[in-house]
Amino acid sequence: MNKIEKERHVLVIYPHPDDEALGVSGTLAIYAKNNVPITYACLTLGEMGRNLGNPPFATRETLPKVRKKELEKAAEVIGIQDLRMMGLRDKTVEFEDDEKMVKLVTDLIEELNPSLIITFYPGYSVHPDHEATGRAVVRAVRRIPVEKRPKLYCTAFSKDCERNLGEPDIVNDIREVQDIKIAALKAHISQTAWMLKGLEESIAQNNPISERLTTERLWSYQWDRDEVD
Amino acid sequence: MEPILADKVQEYINQFAGKDVYIHVETTNGAYASHFNEGFFSAGCFIRNAKVNYEHGKIAGTGPYRIGLKLDLGWIYVEGLTHFELDDQGRLLLSGHGHDGKLAAALEISHTPFN
Repeated sequence: MNKIEKERHVLVIYPHPDDEALGVSGTLAIYAKNNVPITYACLTLGEMGRNLGNPPFATRETLPKVRKKELEKAAEVIGIQDLRMMGLRDKTVEFEDDEKMVKLVTDLIEELNPSLIITFYPGYSVHPDHEATGRAVVRAVRRIPVEKRPKLYCTAFSKDCERNLGEPDIVNDIREVQDIKIAALKAHISQTAWMLKGLEESIAQNNPISERLTTERLWSYQWDRDEVD
Repeated sequence: MEPILADKVQEYINQFAGKDVYIHVETTNGAYASHFNEGFFSAGCFIRNAKVNYEHGKIAGTGPYRIGLKLDLGWIYVEGLTHFELDDQGRLLLSGHGHDGKLAAALEISHTPFN
């Protein structure tokens, strides 16, 4: 486990409300407790989510409003004070113009001067929106001279990620903020209800499945094996 | 949204016929279908805000339902619909939820473009 370092400014870029809760809400909560400014650029409102409940509690048209409120709540419980909704549409990130996507990221970097960027590891994040987001961030950061680049930590969860990337080098102990992570997951209840039911049972039984609540694992982007074109 | 009442939905389909309308039509297995089940062939689509004009449309089946809208030059077809709603903007929203409760299909018809 490593000690979470003090950062000047953390910029998180993910495509969907709940990506942050699942992957890094514990890590971010620790940064927030240490008064590190965090900007979270959430690219879409998860408009095309399939979890509408049965019987449905929302429609295709009301789902983004629901998820927007959930995102705001999650940001609040985590301690993210600068939440930006970037107005793209769920499932279409990879179809946006590549240069426009790089510019979106570059503009944020130039405005915020982050010391650390967190996003998805392109190639190892399954969902096409995750992949496209990671690619845009890598392309933008790659244009910055090496000595001026912010740190780039990436979350990944494809089945082959450890086989190809090795063990994650950033392993954060989030037990001290476990309650915040659970609260962040609960904030996205429309999407996480199925998972939370099982999780709370597991915690009660002290199961190892609650690993997600004890550590968060990220990879420093491996520039020496940069596969993004 | 409520479970489909075919007669009610047919009335609404009739009300939108013969006019320029905007449609959202969608089928999906979810972006993680092949991640959780490696042999799974995932196929899906969505069209959002196509402007069409259909001569007439029908709802068929006994649940899940199928809807066909006849255009002057073609068709719109969706199967797997289970729920419907006429929303507060007068839009006909239909969705189909599978055994896992998740959305598998959708058809929406509106006089004005969707967001």
